[in-house]
Amino acid sequence: MLLIDCPFCGTRPETEFRCGGEAHIARPTDPSALDDGAWAEHLFVRSNPRGLHAERWIHAHGCGRWFNAVRDTYTDRFVETYKAGEQPSHPIDDARA
Amino acid sequence: MLDRSLVARRDRPLGAAPTSNDRARVAPAPAGVRLSLRVRGAEGLSSLGLGLAINRMSAEGERFSARLGPDEWLLGAGEAELETLEGEIAAALGDRFRSVVDVSHRNVAVEIAGPDAASALNAGCPLDLSDAAFPAGSATRTLLGKAEIVLLRPTAEPLYRVECWRSFATYVHGFLVEAARTA
Ligand SMILES: [Zn+2]
Repeated sequence: MLLIDCPFCGTRPETEFRCGGEAHIARPTDPSALDDGAWAEHLFVRSNPRGLHAERWIHAHGCGRWFNAVRDTYTDRFVETYKAGEQPSHPIDDARA
Repeated sequence: MLDRSLVARRDRPLGAAPTSNDRARVAPAPAGVRLSLRVRGAEGLSSLGLGLAINRMSAEGERFSARLGPDEWLLGAGEAELETLEGEIAAALGDRFRSVVDVSHRNVAVEIAGPDAASALNAGCPLDLSDAAFPAGSATRTLLGKAEIVLLRPTAEPLYRVECWRSFATYVHGFLVEAARTA
């Protein structure tokens, strides 16, 4: 079983967690100023890298907290987890080519 | 304080008869008061188990306090202690902003005890329940089969208390009875 390190609870089984998609996506401060293309870009377009990827996860059947994780989409290994509002210590742009 | 006329009698959906198995005995727990307390920045306080670390609990008699997350506690008490407990929360937290929800009707508890209790729970619970990983005083929300539960281990005894939602109670109880039979 894949184990995930919750920043609050420690190492716990994957089945207690849910993934919430890519992390660190900033919502446009003035959505009404965007045209449809830019708004669709914000809503739907994600980086989808092969390699390190920052993701939002929730410990749904545990402490109930959202946090962030850097996961390698190639190996499915969790490289690190950190609390919401913090930045990863791994650069997430060094994805595999 | 709650209006007494609004407090409905609590049925026990599982009856009271224990399932006898010397090595893992499953028994529905008596009905009781449960409060879900949410408050931020209360970790410095010592009463009501507010000073507990996350996923730790304290218990005395029917009273227990389990810290389930950074700002969440599950408090338990005997059936007649609702107002006592509410008074203690008010005394401990004063004007501090908080949410207290009476989940006594929502929650149903099943106890499982005996040397094979942990392995019976592990039929559906993915946590490491060894003494090193889940020692006396551990408490956490987790899963049992398809149901979300709160798993409490008040003492070093191999006795676990499984709190689940009422609509899952027959499933959780049946799951544990079946698991205990084959543990
Ligand atoms: Zn957690």
